[in-house]
Order: sequence, then C-alpha cells, then structure tokens
Amino acid sequence: MTTVSRREFVTVVAAAGGGLLLGYRAEGAQRAASTATAVATAGTTAASFAPNAFIRIPPDGIVTLVMPQAEMGQGVYTALSMLLAEELEVAPGQIRLEHAPPDDKLYGNQFFGEQMTGASSSVRAFYEPLRRAGATARAMLVAAAAASWNVDPASCRAHKGVVTHTPTRRSLTYGVLAARAAALQVPDKVTLKDPKDFTLIGTPAKRLDTTGKVNGTAQFGIDVRLPGMLIATVAASPVLGGKVARLDEQKAKAMPGVRQIVRLDDGVAVVADHMWAAKQGLAALDIRWDDGPNAKLSTPDIVQGLAKASESPGVTARKDGDPESALAGAAKKVEAVYEAPFLAHVTMEPMNCTVHVRKDSCEVWTGSQVLSRARAAAAEVTGFPLEKVVVHNHLLGGGFGRRLEVDYVTQAVRIAKQVNAPVKVVWTREEDVQHDVYRSYYYDRMTAGLDARGTPVAWTHRIVGPAIIARYLPQAFKDGKDIDAVDGAVQLLYDIPAIQVEHVRHEEPVLNTGFWRGVGVTHNNFVVESFIDELAAASKQDPVAFRRTLLGKSPRAVAVLDLAAREGRWGKPLPSGRGRGVALLYSDWSTYLAQVAEVEVNASGDVRVHRIVCAVDCGRIVNPDIVKAQIESGVVYGISGAVWGEVTLKNGRVEQSNFHNYRVLRMNEAPQIEVHLVRNGEAPGGIGEPGTAVTAAALNNAIYAATGKRLRKLPLQSALALAAR
Amino acid sequence: MDLMINGERRQIDVPSDMPVLWVLRDVLGMTGTKFGCGMALCGACTVQLDGQAIRSCVTPVSAAAGKAITTIEAIGATPVGKKVQAAWIALDVPQCGYCQSGQIMSASALLARNARPTDADIDAAMAGNICRCGTYGRVRAAIKRAANGASISGRGGR
Repeated sequence: MTTVSRREFVTVVAAAGGGLLLGYRAEGAQRAASTATAVATAGTTAASFAPNAFIRIPPDGIVTLVMPQAEMGQGVYTALSMLLAEELEVAPGQIRLEHAPPDDKLYGNQFFGEQMTGASSSVRAFYEPLRRAGATARAMLVAAAAASWNVDPASCRAHKGVVTHTPTRRSLTYGVLAARAAALQVPDKVTLKDPKDFTLIGTPAKRLDTTGKVNGTAQFGIDVRLPGMLIATVAASPVLGGKVARLDEQKAKAMPGVRQIVRLDDGVAVVADHMWAAKQGLAALDIRWDDGPNAKLSTPDIVQGLAKASESPGVTARKDGDPESALAGAAKKVEAVYEAPFLAHVTMEPMNCTVHVRKDSCEVWTGSQVLSRARAAAAEVTGFPLEKVVVHNHLLGGGFGRRLEVDYVTQAVRIAKQVNAPVKVVWTREEDVQHDVYRSYYYDRMTAGLDARGTPVAWTHRIVGPAIIARYLPQAFKDGKDIDAVDGAVQLLYDIPAIQVEHVRHEEPVLNTGFWRGVGVTHNNFVVESFIDELAAASKQDPVAFRRTLLGKSPRAVAVLDLAAREGRWGKPLPSGRGRGVALLYSDWSTYLAQVAEVEVNASGDVRVHRIVCAVDCGRIVNPDIVKAQIESGVVYGISGAVWGEVTLKNGRVEQSNFHNYRVLRMNEAPQIEVHLVRNGEAPGGIGEPGTAVTAAALNNAIYAATGKRLRKLPLQSALALAAR
Repeated sequence: MDLMINGERRQIDVPSDMPVLWVLRDVLGMTGTKFGCGMALCGACTVQLDGQAIRSCVTPVSAAAGKAITTIEAIGATPVGKKVQAAWIALDVPQCGYCQSGQIMSASALLARNARPTDADIDAAMAGNICRCGTYGRVRAAIKRAANGASISGRGGR
C-alpha cells in the first residue's frame, strides 16, 4: 500500500465549474459557465461535494469528473476517468464528464507547469494525482457514512457509489452523503489501492466518448452554435511576413449572405451568414499580396542553410568516452546524412475558433490542447484581464500537436474584435495545410566506427534544426539545450563506448515550426534506427541480432525486440519484392517499443505496407484496448508521414493544399496492424506518439531488405524514386 | 426550396448552388455532418441521397431536391444503420471521432446494397473516407461485425 501526503491542490475548492458537458448545446454551456458559483456553499439543502478540482458529487449522486486534459482521440477521458473511478469506487456508468475550464493551478500538467495535453504525458502526469483525488473523496464519503451510523470507518466499504457498513449491511449512496462529506475536513493522508486490488485499471473498459461519436451528437469546436452567430473564413498571407496589397471589397460585399469584410495586416476574413457565402466572398475579393522578404525562398534554399549549419559543431547533449579518438582508431568508418522534411498535421477538423467580443469581456469556444494559453491569447488581443475572458474547450477533431498552438485563436479574436456579433472563424482545408505550424525540416550527420569484428566503438549524431522549446517552453530551454530536438537520440540504448549527440540550432525564417505527433523522437528515431541498420549491414549481421548484442544493459528493450521479432516472423521467407524491417524506440516517454514492418516495393516502385507488428512495454497499463488503439493510430499516422508526407516551399508559398497533393493513408492501403503488450508494474509510459515515431525507420529498413536500396531521406516514396533513377 | 431530410420536409431559402453540407450545418444546424476538405477528397461530409453515399461538400442543394437526404442524425433509425452503430460501439472504433459520421454513412450505404461485403468491397466503398487517427482496422472489423451480426468477436485488426 502506498500512503501519500496531501498536496497543495487537494483542498476543498468552492467551484470546479465552468466546464462544458459532453454533448452540450452552447446555450447550456453558457448557463454552466454562469452558474459556476460556490457549489459547496450553494445552500445546505443542495450542497455538492467537491473535495478537489476533479470531482463533484451533487445530491442527485451523478458523479461529475472534470477532465483536465483534452480529448483528441487518444482516449484520455476514459483513461483519466478510470484512474478517478478506481479509487473513488464508482462504476463508469455513473460518471458524467466535463471539460475543465482554463486554470493552470488546478489543472496544470506537472511536466509543464501548465494545462497542456501533449508529449504523450496525460497518464504519466495524472496517474498518481487523480488516484489520490479519487481516494480522498472516497475516504471522506466513507467517513461521512461512518459518522452518520456512529461506526468505525474501517468497518465500511465503498462500492459503485454506495457506502455500506459491512456488519449491518446498512448503506448510503454518495448522493445522500454528498452534503455531509462536504462539511468534513479534507484528510491529510489517504491510502491508495495496492495495484493487485485494481478492478478497473488494467481492464479494457469501454470508452466513454463513443456514443456521441457514432450518432453525430459529439460536439467539436467547429460545431458550436450561438444565437446571432456569423460564420467567417479567412485568407492569411500565403507567404510568411507578407501583407494584403489590394482587394475587391465591393464585389465580395455584393455576394448574397456576405455581411462584412474584416481586414487584418496579414490577412482578410469574410464574415457571412454561412460558410458557403464566406467562401465565395473570399474568392470574390481577388486578393493581391505583397509577399514581403520571404518571396524568393524555396525548399532547396532551406536545405542549403541546414547543410551549411551542419558543418559546425552544436551544443553537446550527451558525451560518453572519447568519440574522436575512438573513430580515429576504428577499423571501419560509416558516415551518412539523413534528412526529414517539413510536415503538416492535417487534423480532420480544420482549425476553427468561435469568439464573441463584448464591450468589456470576451468568450471563446474552441478545441485546444493548451486551454490556458488560448485564454491568454484572447486576453492579449482584446486587452481584457484574464478574468474577463471565458474559454470553453470542446472535443478535438484531432490534435497531433497542431492544437498546442494558439495562432488560430489569436487570429479569430483579432477578427471578432471588429465584428458586432459572435463569429465562428473556420479555416478551409487549403488554409489549414498552408498555414500550419509545421514539423521542422531536420538535417542529421551520422558517423560511426566499427572494430575489426564489426562491433560499434564510436557513434556521433549531429542534429540540425530549430529549437522549438526555446520558443514554446523557454523556461525549459537551459544552456542552449533543447530537450525536444535531441529526444530519442540522446537516450540511445546501445552499448557503444564512445557516443556524442549534438544539436546545431538553425531556425527557419519562412515557416512556423512546432510539434508534430512524436515530436523530436519521430525524426530522431528515423535517423538512429536507420543508421544502426546501416551498421548491421556494414558488419554483415542480422539487424535484430546486431541490435540484441548491443542491448546488454536494457532487458526491457530486449524483451520487446524479441517479442516483435517472434510475432513478426522475423527471418521467415517472404515473396520477392517484400522485406521486413525492424526498429526499436526508447525516449523521454519511458515506453519501449519494437516494430517489425513488412513492406512490398512493386514493379512500378510503389511502396505498400502489408503488415506491422508492434511489441510495447509502457509499464502499468490503464486500459489495454486504448493502448492498442493508440499504437494502431500512431502507426497509420506514421506511415502517412514516412511514405508520402512532405510540405515543400516554392517562392515562399507552401505547394500543397489539400488531400490530393498532401497524401495520407487510406483504408485500402492500410496494413494489418498487430499490437502485443508486455504487462508489468513499471511506472506508466507515454503511448500516444511512440507508434508514429517508430514507424519511419522500420519501413525504411524494410525497403532496404526488399530492394537493397538504403534511403536516407523522407518521404520514402520520393526517396525511392530518386534512388531508382 | 423543399428538401426531404431524415424523413422530414424542410423548407429553405438558399442559393441553388450551395452545397448540401453548408445547408445542413449552417442553415439547419445539423452539425453531425462534418466539413473536412471541401473537395470530395476526405469523406467527412458523407450523407446519403436516396440511400447512396455522396459527398455533401460538393453536392449542390439543387441536386438533392426531390430526393431523400439521410444524415448521421437519423441513420440509426434504419435497420442497417442501427447495426453499424452498434458494431462501432462494440469495437470502440472512434478515436477523435471527427471522421466517423462519414465513415458510418459510407459503411451503412455499402451494407444496405451488399450485405456480405468482401475486403475488396470494403476497400472500394471506404477508400474515400480518410481517418487521421487510423481507425481503419476497426472500421473494417466493425463493418464485418455489422454484416455478420455479432459473430466476429474481439477488437481491432482485420
């Protein structure tokens, strides 16, 4: 049993409210927000029990769990509810969920010190706090019941929202106990369950958000409807730093349904009765742009800049031994340059944000991975104090890191400031693809030394790319070290006596860059696991066996590698044109993942992924079905990115615009995906991103096995076409 | 203009070239049908017109006059749609859920005309519905489950 001390946030909070009910109507949401008054003091007859920011139990006994993290498909509402429900002793069917309002203090993610859903951190960050929140509430409800019967709390048991006095079988529901529990002191210490007593954690409990997602009632930001609401769509300068030169306002205003043209320095919005009028109005504007200083830049210019930067040393993130002399003394030296392109996120729900700017307040409805940043952005644009800005979160139609940015909130508030009504700003898909905050272009120099027997004696990895952390989390950017840029490279598990990992910071002037599913690991794992495959080939060893011999200090890595190799039928014959590739992942997510990919390159050179086998050790599993779903999801996202994903620039403009030229995997191209889970009691690891991050290298190594061609540049389909020339 | 939507006659006053998608979402407030691309490339906006799956983002409302429009809000009232939704729930198919209205509308149209679709039939019917969360394996399994009653057990995979 674990006994933990009370932490600061476990106090009786007067109001946890302001959140939105799932499947709410906006009118109801406004009501919910405006009635976010002191629930614990709402009168003696109707007191809700709210021992912390995550749990509210009104007298009707319907347990409301307030979700600190955003639901974007990763199953976090279900997983976090399971953590609370396990200790609170309620059944999933007794729960009602609310999105948390913006509040870093109450709902901050301990890894970032703010309310943030990203970096595959939700379960890791909340595994203990939410169990403690649940246990605290349960202890108080049990104490309230025991006091009312005048018995020892130890003789009472809580189960499915009911406290029972075991010897006499008397029982009281949580709803009945709520008012009495609310009057009690929050205990300093609570005892958490021994994992062997878990009844919910570790089970494939059903997701809590499925029903609304199969009958059309689930509410995403884009589904917000308000009385008097107008719809706007927007065109921002196609070149970063450009401005509107001229436009035909009269022609647009003449379109039926168009209400207003809103000019921003760097863009124009058309406000209308509906999206169709807004789109047509925007087209009628016939905007001419002054492209500004970036008008001539194209992808090759950017690659040239990165290549030049790669000639100078960077900030050292890891150094073991003396790589320089180890390389000098090596029997064989292997060198390679790897490149990974800009990528767009392309969430299915295009960027959107609804805003109502009133005389002295502002209200925002959107889907965000960083709700408190969304509020701060609205406060900054309007000049209103934070308390005058209300932000309502929604289900996210995909996040993937795109909704870690608040550019679309800032822009929508800038537009709404000029509109005398609530306005929903919806980006077209073209706007979404061409004004993303992209995964950066990375350029990596690799060097390794092998001894006479083919054993690696030196490894150097120089990563060239921006320092996103310096912009995004400046407090985490210390001594020039960007923990994201080197994530997945710096944790190299292979026993090599001399290792150096460096990051050369090189910022892009022409595209905004940020986090993409898998963050730094997605790019680094591609490089590291492709290059280790090169070393296996250089030493004429089997890729799995070669990795295995270098993993003496990492039994969990060996276990997933062996499991993936076995289930992936490693070494078994395949038809010609097909090959198997392996990749191993370990990073700051603390999850071990090995993947075996089976890929075909057909006669016309097209890559087809047939089968993906993943072996995953993510420590304690909260919901194995959601873990599997996340790996399936990550792999599909990873295939799209690795095989076809590429955003290119020409004369400062993004060349891709929609799904016809930003290709993503479709149903008929999807491989069979198998996920094998290792069960143990280790601390939980992240699961939303590893499947994406491990896939590029496994596919690349499989293409090598199938064709003998070693690719060092993503996307693989284009690199293969170049290699075939 | 008179439209028949989910069995109800609706009178609307919109330009005849306005896509059905925006009539549903912005005029009638039926937000279950989603906007994804505006070019019939992603399938998020799929509805049924006389039982046929169509992309409402490129279908002018004039083309729907005199025909029956069925959307996600009412597909559960059809025997096939009910089975499809049940299979989706049984296998916990959705992740973010944004594309799922379109997936379900395409799958229901497929099963209504082909009660026992092969993998190739499923590929052909569903290739136009993009899911960025990668639920394809579960979508396939759920279609088979809906086709076979509850004979396919377990979750995920093909």
